[in-house]
Amino acid sequence: MSTTESATDGPPPDVTAAAEEAPMPAARQATKPSRADTTALIDRYAWHELLAIYAGVFVFLFFLLAPFIEGFLVSLKPLSQLFSSPYRFIPENASFAAYVTMWESVPGFARFIFNSIFISSVATIIVLLVVVPAAYAFARFDFKGAGLVLGGFLAVNMFSGAVLIIPLFRLMRSLGILNTYAAMIVPGVAFLIPSAIWLLRTYMIRIPKELHEAAYMDGAGYLYTLRRVILPIAMPGIIVVAITTFIGAYAQQFIFALTFNSKTEFMPLPVGLFAFFGKQEVVWNELMAASFVGIAPALIVIFFLQRYLVGGLTAGAVKQ
Amino acid sequence: MRSERTTLIAWAFLAPALLYVLAIVAWPLVQTVILSFTDASLRKTTDWVGSANYEKIFNATFATVIVRTFIWTFFSVALKMIIGTCGAVLLNAAVPGRHLFRILIMPPWIVPMAIGIFMWGWMYNGQFGMISGLLQRFGIVDGPVAWLAYGNTAFWATIVTDVWIGVPLVTIYFLAAIQAIPKDLYEAAWTDGAGRWYRFRRITLPMMVPAIITMSMLSLIATFNSFDIIWILTQGGPNGATTTMIIDTYHTAIGSRKYGEGAARAVVICIFLSLFSLAYFRVTRRLQPEAAK
Repeated sequence: MSTTESATDGPPPDVTAAAEEAPMPAARQATKPSRADTTALIDRYAWHELLAIYAGVFVFLFFLLAPFIEGFLVSLKPLSQLFSSPYRFIPENASFAAYVTMWESVPGFARFIFNSIFISSVATIIVLLVVVPAAYAFARFDFKGAGLVLGGFLAVNMFSGAVLIIPLFRLMRSLGILNTYAAMIVPGVAFLIPSAIWLLRTYMIRIPKELHEAAYMDGAGYLYTLRRVILPIAMPGIIVVAITTFIGAYAQQFIFALTFNSKTEFMPLPVGLFAFFGKQEVVWNELMAASFVGIAPALIVIFFLQRYLVGGLTAGAVKQ
Repeated sequence: MRSERTTLIAWAFLAPALLYVLAIVAWPLVQTVILSFTDASLRKTTDWVGSANYEKIFNATFATVIVRTFIWTFFSVALKMIIGTCGAVLLNAAVPGRHLFRILIMPPWIVPMAIGIFMWGWMYNGQFGMISGLLQRFGIVDGPVAWLAYGNTAFWATIVTDVWIGVPLVTIYFLAAIQAIPKDLYEAAWTDGAGRWYRFRRITLPMMVPAIITMSMLSLIATFNSFDIIWILTQGGPNGATTTMIIDTYHTAIGSRKYGEGAARAVVICIFLSLFSLAYFRVTRRLQPEAAK
C-alpha cells in the first residue's frame, strides 16, 4: 500500500466536500472530526484491504490450528481409510467409532486422565498454600531485599527441569518417592511458584494499605488480617492464579513424569499416550480420539476464561 | 523498631515459597556443579575427578552440538518474532470477528504440550500425514516425504513445531504492545495523509521495538531449554541431527546414567542461560524508562 491509496480509507465524501479544492491533508484538518470519528475513519478498510486481512488471518489461524484439524479428522477416519493412498483430507464414512473403542484399546486411558487431573490439582493446592502468604508479604511490607527475592523468583523461569534433571533424580531417589505421584508433583510445583507469585502480587498490591492498617489498629495479628481481611478481597485474583496454575500444571506434564515414574498406573495422559505412540501397531484414529478427549478440558477453559488467562499467563513471563 | 519487626514477619510469610524453590531449584543447581567434578553414576561410590568430565566432553562432537543448538534456537526465535509480529498486526485490525480470532490462536499454547506434538508427529508422517499428503496432491513433491526420517528435514520440522507452540504467547504479547501505542500518533499521521503501510513502518514497528527485544530475549531462554518437542518427535535423531544441548544432556545423564558427565554438560548449558539472563535484565532495565514514557 502506498500513500496514494490513503484516500480510500480517508474521510467519507460528505465531510471532504466542504473543502474540495484544498489538498487532502489540509482538508482533513479543516473538517476537524471528533476523536471518535477519526478513530473510526482510520479503522475503515477498503475491500481489497479487508480481503488481505482475512486472507492473512486465515493463513495464520490455519498454521496454528492445522494439527488439531488434522487430528480431529484422523479420529473420525476408519482405520482402513487412514492407511490408504492417495491422501484424503476429508474423511469418507466418518464416524465417532474411535471415541467408543479407544476406552478398550488404550488400556488405562481413564486412569491417565484421572492421574493428569489429580497431579495438577494437588500441585495447584500446594502452589496456592505457599504463594498466598508470599504474595501478601511482597504486597504489604516494604522490606530490605524484597526486590532481590522477587527477581530471584523470576530467575527460576530461566532454568527448565531438563537442566536440573540429574540432581532432581537423585533427590527423588533419596527421598524414596521415585515411581509415585509425589515424584511428579514435587518438582513441578517449584517451577509453577514464581509465575503465581508475580501474578498474585499484582492483585494484592491493588488492595488499599488502609485496610491492612485499620485491621492492625484494631489489634488484629498479621495472620488474622491475611485470613479474614485480605483473602476474601483477593479471592478473584486467587481464583485466576489457581486456574492458570492448574492449566500450567496440566500442560507441562512430561519430563518429570517421563523420568521419575515408570509405573503405568501413575502416568499422566501425555506420558501414557507417548508410551503407546512408540509401539509398532499404532491405532492412530483411536489415539487421536484419546488426545482430543485429553485436551478437551483445556479447550473448554479457553473459551470461557480466555480473558483472565491472557493476563494470568503473561504475568509470570513478563515483568510488570 | 517496628520496621525490623515487620521485616521479620515479611520473611516469615515468604519462607515457605522461598524454601521450596531453594530446595528444588537452587540446591540442585549447586549440586549439578558439584556433580560435574565427580564420576557419579549408578555405583554406590563417587570420586572426585577434577576437571576430567570437562576435558572429556570438550571435543568436536560437543562443539557440533553447541553450534547446532544455537542455529536451532536462532531460527526458532526469529520465526516466532516474525510470525508473531504479523499475527499481532492482523489481529489488531478492526475487522468483524477479531475477538473470535484472538481466542482461536490460543490452543497450541494452552493444551498439554505433548499432545499437540503427537499431532505434529502424525502430520509429519510420510505415508499418511497431512503435509506430505497435501504436497503430493498438489504435485509439489513426487513421492511421500517422511519429514522426520532425514536429518535435514527433521531439523526444520522440530523448529516448525517449536515455533507453533511459541507463537500464541508472542502474538498476544505483541498485540498488547500495539494496543498500548498512543492513538494520537496514528491520528496525527493520518491527518497528514500517511498511508497504512507508512504508519506501520514509521509508528507501529518503532514503537514495538522494546516489546520485540524483551520477547526475543525471553523466547531465547525458553527455546534454548526446549526438550519435549525434540524428545517426542525424534529423540535427537535421526543420527543426532536434532540433538541439542538439552537432549544431549538428557541422553548422557538419564539414558547412559553418566551423572558426572551429564552434569558437566548441564553446567555448560547453565553458563549460557546465565549469560542470556544477564543480557535480558540489562536490556530490560535500559528499556524501562522508555516504556514508562
